[in-house]
Amino acid sequence: MSRIILITGTRKGIGKELSEYYLGKGFTVIGCSRQEKSIEHPNYHHYNTDVSDEKGVVAMVSDIRKKFKRIDYLLNNAGVASMNHLILTPLETARRVFDTNFFGTFLCLREVSKLMMKQKFGRIVNYSTVAVPLVLEGEAIYSASKMAVEQLTKIAAKELADFNITINAIGPTPVKTDLIKNVPENKIQDLLNRQAIKRFGEFDDLKNVIDFFLDDKSDFITGQVIYLGGVN
Amino acid sequence: MNENLQNLIIDTTKSIASQLKKTQSKEITLDTRLYGQDGLFDSLGLVTLIAELEARISEEFDKDVVLADEKAMSQVRSPFRDIKTLSEYIEKLLEGE
Repeated sequence: MSRIILITGTRKGIGKELSEYYLGKGFTVIGCSRQEKSIEHPNYHHYNTDVSDEKGVVAMVSDIRKKFKRIDYLLNNAGVASMNHLILTPLETARRVFDTNFFGTFLCLREVSKLMMKQKFGRIVNYSTVAVPLVLEGEAIYSASKMAVEQLTKIAAKELADFNITINAIGPTPVKTDLIKNVPENKIQDLLNRQAIKRFGEFDDLKNVIDFFLDDKSDFITGQVIYLGGVN
Repeated sequence: MNENLQNLIIDTTKSIASQLKKTQSKEITLDTRLYGQDGLFDSLGLVTLIAELEARISEEFDKDVVLADEKAMSQVRSPFRDIKTLSEYIEKLLEGE
């Protein structure tokens, strides 16, 4: 039976790459984004859903339950970034970052877990960032939203362990995607210099850690955050 | 009160109680306490029941509801305390859809 993976934020960047990777492995991939799909594949199914919209997420997971009966894996990949001095950060921007990064992760985790509880199996991977342990200036709101995701990951891991659901988080370094396109080059270089291994993250680096979390043999790994690039 | 809904809640409660091997000396009725002192379920059982009820309501009534919503959690008397109050609560929720 084909494994079913739900990946949020699949229109571009890492979400799109991961979708294509898991399609290549024979998975059924269900993706979502606020806009139209950008992947054409017989085993790819798309929902136009904003992860921060509760009704939309509830309706999406309900429809998946009716059509596919299960979700084996969830990658809470959808995210937005905002880099600015906190004095220059409008409240609306801060809310928008938390809406997608934290509330979107929370809503998808909550609704998908209800289905995973019934099937007594599930693997959930949330997304943090190395900006959390590095405590970077200019990233107060972004890294605060991701730190909230880390705490959510650790507590959800405890609350859902009895249902054989594991919940972990990956903390990527900067990867060359749209997410960092507006960050000044010197800021990115400063960040890379603080990593043990001073280079951009590659898609394969993320894939490696996510595959580890999803692996059937990783059933004793939960509530963990793995940072890339030697950051801790 | 909606008899279909009451039966659905009673059936789901029986099914979850059996899955979790909760023994109940008395028959499960509208007055069965679900949670709290002398309740059928602990917190793990209650969340299992709620998740299953949401799925069955969606199948049976074609409506997607979140039972643990703001209204439910802010009530002085929890709608989850027994089957009757839960049934009344869900009925209102479905009417408000």
